[in-house]
Amino acid sequence: MITVLHEQRETRLPDAIAHGDDLWLDHAAIEQATGWSWKAEGLCHGEVCVPLPSAHAGKFARGGRLNLAAMWRHSGQPVVHDAASGVWVLGSGAAQRSAALATLQAPDFTLPDLDGHLRSLSSYRGHKIFLATWASW
Amino acid sequence: MPVWQSLFGEMKDHGFTVLAVAMDQPETARPWIEAAAVTYPCLIDRDHHLADLYNMVNVPQAVWIDEEGRIVRPPETAGSMDAFRAMDRKTFTIPDEAMAERNRVKTRYFDAVRDWVLRGSGSVHAMNATRAAKKLKLPDATTAEAHARFHLGRYLLREGRETEAQAQMAEASRLHPDSWAMWRQAAAKDTRGLASGPEFWKRVDALGSRYYYPPAEIDDMT
Repeated sequence: MITVLHEQRETRLPDAIAHGDDLWLDHAAIEQATGWSWKAEGLCHGEVCVPLPSAHAGKFARGGRLNLAAMWRHSGQPVVHDAASGVWVLGSGAAQRSAALATLQAPDFTLPDLDGHLRSLSSYRGHKIFLATWASW
Repeated sequence: MPVWQSLFGEMKDHGFTVLAVAMDQPETARPWIEAAAVTYPCLIDRDHHLADLYNMVNVPQAVWIDEEGRIVRPPETAGSMDAFRAMDRKTFTIPDEAMAERNRVKTRYFDAVRDWVLRGSGSVHAMNATRAAKKLKLPDATTAEAHARFHLGRYLLREGRETEAQAQMAEASRLHPDSWAMWRQAAAKDTRGLASGPEFWKRVDALGSRYYYPPAEIDDMT
């Protein structure tokens, strides 16, 4: 069993194939794990599409599966995994994070309160927000 | 938290909220939240997702966000300063003058928050886009990998894979040494739940002339 962590998604993918640093997923699994879609144009999210590198096509796509880990690295984003447990993290790249911050629009997020109720930053739109971190440690 | 609660109580009728995020586990955050009897929203971020999104490195850090969702002060130290470094490590006491300076810094910071709530973009403390963009610290590729490893470590810990989890979190800290949040979350805790043993002080001492809590640079009010 492969588990893919991306942002706050935790997706178990029984049919995924992991081999060394490669992670092969079909169309449905890619969408489920990341929200990105594998289309003819490449790996797409909204208006953005990252084309598959044509020079080494076989390294990236084969038999109805995409090597999502290779594509992820190709787009400059970190991929780390624990081979023994089959847990993979598809992280967000520095360029992607930086571009979002540089717009000065506060990146939205959704987190639970102590009772498990989910709340989003965007639900406080219209207020001035003092967003502050703390910890017990 | 008492200072956030009084700020919220005083300013909530002026279109303002405190949104507190605990970089913590629900079970360790809960006693603090309940003891402080907070009425502002308090969220739990067990994997430090917010630190990844906003490139934050310690607590308390704060971001000021206006009514349109625009960042008017990027992440910065939220009213704390390095007074604790003057602590006598045998008696755990902080000299009076360091305590006085600590209170002065805190008061100055929270007065600035109040000024912004009341005056909005007319406040000297609300940064325009040019100033805010200049102040913003952006992550590099190493920091991005550190967050991915930290995330993996947190998940593995929940799955009971302690050894693998600690290895990932240690690597995250090595890649992103500026993050006290990553280091302290993974570090051994004392009976009070604090990562403030000899290893913490060794790390603090290694800062030398660098700050643990970089000052927020609050301008004089006009």
